[in-house]
Amino acid sequence: MTAPVAVLEVQDIVKRFAGVAALDGVSLALQGGEVHALVGENGAGKSTLIKILTGVHQPDAGSIRYQGEPVAFDRPLDAQAAGISTIYQEINLVPLLSVARNLFLGHEPVNRLGLIDFGRMHRVAREILAGYGVHVDVRRPLRDLGLGVQQMVAIARAVSAEHRVVIMDEPTSSLEPREVERLLATIDRLRRDGVAVVYVSHRLDEVFRIADRVTVLRDGRRVHEGRIAEITRLELVSRMLGREVSEVARARTRFDARATDDAAPMVLEATGLERHHVLHDVSLDIRSGEVVGLAGLLGSGRSETARAIYGDGPLDGGRVSVGGVALARRSPATSIAAGIALIPEDRKVEGIVPSLSVRDNIVLAALPTMARAGFVSDGRLDGVVNTLIHRLGIKASSPRQPVGELSGGNQQKVLLARVLCMSPRVLLLDDPTRGVDVGAKAEIQALISELAQAGIGVLLISSELEEVVEGSDRVVVLRDGAVVGVLDPAEVSEDRVMALIAEAAADAAAAGQDGASPEGLPDPGERS
Amino acid sequence: MAWTTRNGVYVALIVLIAFNLVATRGFATVDNARLQLVQVVPVAIIALGMAVVIGTRGIDLSVGSVMAISSALLALYLGYGAVVAIAVALVGGLLVGLVNGVLIARFGIQPIVATLALLVGGRGLALVIANGRLTEIFDPTLGIIGSARVGGVPLVVLVAVAIAVVVAVLITRTTFGRYVVAIGGNPEASALAGVPVRRVILGAYVLCAVLAAVAGIIQTARLSAADPSFVGNLIELSAITAVVVGGTPLSGGRVRILGTLAGALLMQLIGATLISHNLPDSATRMVQALIILAAVFVQRDRALS
Repeated sequence: MTAPVAVLEVQDIVKRFAGVAALDGVSLALQGGEVHALVGENGAGKSTLIKILTGVHQPDAGSIRYQGEPVAFDRPLDAQAAGISTIYQEINLVPLLSVARNLFLGHEPVNRLGLIDFGRMHRVAREILAGYGVHVDVRRPLRDLGLGVQQMVAIARAVSAEHRVVIMDEPTSSLEPREVERLLATIDRLRRDGVAVVYVSHRLDEVFRIADRVTVLRDGRRVHEGRIAEITRLELVSRMLGREVSEVARARTRFDARATDDAAPMVLEATGLERHHVLHDVSLDIRSGEVVGLAGLLGSGRSETARAIYGDGPLDGGRVSVGGVALARRSPATSIAAGIALIPEDRKVEGIVPSLSVRDNIVLAALPTMARAGFVSDGRLDGVVNTLIHRLGIKASSPRQPVGELSGGNQQKVLLARVLCMSPRVLLLDDPTRGVDVGAKAEIQALISELAQAGIGVLLISSELEEVVEGSDRVVVLRDGAVVGVLDPAEVSEDRVMALIAEAAADAAAAGQDGASPEGLPDPGERS
Repeated sequence: MAWTTRNGVYVALIVLIAFNLVATRGFATVDNARLQLVQVVPVAIIALGMAVVIGTRGIDLSVGSVMAISSALLALYLGYGAVVAIAVALVGGLLVGLVNGVLIARFGIQPIVATLALLVGGRGLALVIANGRLTEIFDPTLGIIGSARVGGVPLVVLVAVAIAVVVAVLITRTTFGRYVVAIGGNPEASALAGVPVRRVILGAYVLCAVLAAVAGIIQTARLSAADPSFVGNLIELSAITAVVVGGTPLSGGRVRILGTLAGALLMQLIGATLISHNLPDSATRMVQALIILAAVFVQRDRALS
């Protein structure tokens, strides 16, 4: 492609938060009439980069050039006025206002008296939306419409004002397949009109379908930039995860000592878990004493699978049984009673109760079993709590210290102590070593295999592929909310996992598909 | 937690009492002590329930109207005997609490909105029950409740102390109490830990409303009259003030029983002090406002540290 002056170009951008570099010398050049995909895992720096492009953040170093001229966007309004528009994951519109009002919010057409000219507004709104194939009553409140149509309104709003750059952050995450098609067609139209589009998505199918170029970020650095046609899926995934394709899995000394026992009883069987837009017929099982890894990119349904098994949130279908007994009414409380325990992904938001003491946090889930007729005796709790604090090496000044004052690693150990208190048969661990220091990480990993040896079935999710591969006996691989493969102990390696993640879901069927079905893949490594 | 947040209310109370002992004539008398204690009882009882609700990150604005309802029911059913009338009044409170709790826990309506609805509607209901009139009450049992003393201590004060002990045990020694502060501290984490969040929240609002009904009965007995248009007016604000001044954060996650009682007493004594020094009621209100701001300011400091 002959590249004239880039519409928007950033060079060597550095952005630090509290001394930690979120972006470390990142460059990006956007050409008009080109769709540029921006991909990367959690914490790679995508959102920070977008926020710098749109004036939400100011870079600590580096330059921004817009249509060849150096610029500095001090506020989001500056970027907008210059012609850069952003469509966020959550639709930033006013649900109670009419479609037309939303479309023209902030620049309503006015009549000679300075009042809003509703007639003109409604007419123009209808015309604009018709251009996107949306035919609705523009006088209705926005919230009456489907999410897909709302997204279209957001896009129409974003580009109706002569914008040269449109940034879309995960625009398809809540859309139906049909609506995705419409969105991709819209992007195509923008490209033909000469607009530069930044497309952020975890869905590789979409990225390969719509993008011309791709930039991969990892840990705040640009690790790849190039034409999408010149990179394979496997290479792209390996760049995102930072693992070499050729890098052979390390000598698998790890759990060989604990070769899993095929005769061990199943402790957990989940079949056909289904949740609209999120999970598609996900099935997995865990034997007593087994660590099953759950691998996949961000947004592939890892956490959602754990949550579904735990009975948190609505489910459109599927069954979970523990020790052969199917669970009826699903809720966290019934799961706990059945012996399933969860350590959620976001420790601060979903895990600890910061204002409560170490002791109260540890016993929180086990209180019903530790109380007599609803009465709690601190003396009795202290016995259990002190044992766990000692065993897990939790560093707290006393069991009465508020958990909010502890370090991340110790908070995570408190959560481990909480689930151990429940004497679980199945442990669902969603990124248990996230944000903890190296020492605590090793301790937590050792504890996980110790628990498995004691006969607990463990489901292990990690944002680090290495941790899943090294810590699991079997690995279940997810993509777009569906199981795309199960690797047996002999086959578990980073290469194999990445290959499964990257696999094209039968390209022919890509259009309109809503998730690959396991049997559609001709891979020998799959579950039979 | 900062020392000032934890103990500020006690320091303020001691300073105020010391000031009065020196500067206010007639303060250090048994009669005055009785009077102050009796007057603080309704607010104190309601503040105890309010503290539990606030502990769950909620708020209950309907307590004054619940007082009015229980007062009106008491007068209406007195013909069946005092015991029946009191029971009916308590059940009335319980029902209002259930409605609050269901609206909030089941339908997810914000506590301030749900209980605001009952603040307005409850007062109306009380007026309907009472036919819009003040009813004078001449009942020996209620007379005893209103004015009897045990060992020189007014019965209503003993009732308030007993309630405080029960609520304190509930909060510190039962699973319900642990759940209340866990939900207030982090509702998402509590739900994932299997805490029956909805049931606990429902329980908190029922408890608060029943205590408000108790306060309504006591107030009616003391005044020998049911006056549904005035009883409990603005008491929700006094109760919230007592809770906040007592060191329970409005953001939930902690319930301080003793602090709440001290907060109620502090507000009562400030009013009494200003009155006995011939300052008008308007001055009292402004001083109360300053104290609320000071309490919130101290808590803000804690949140930042």
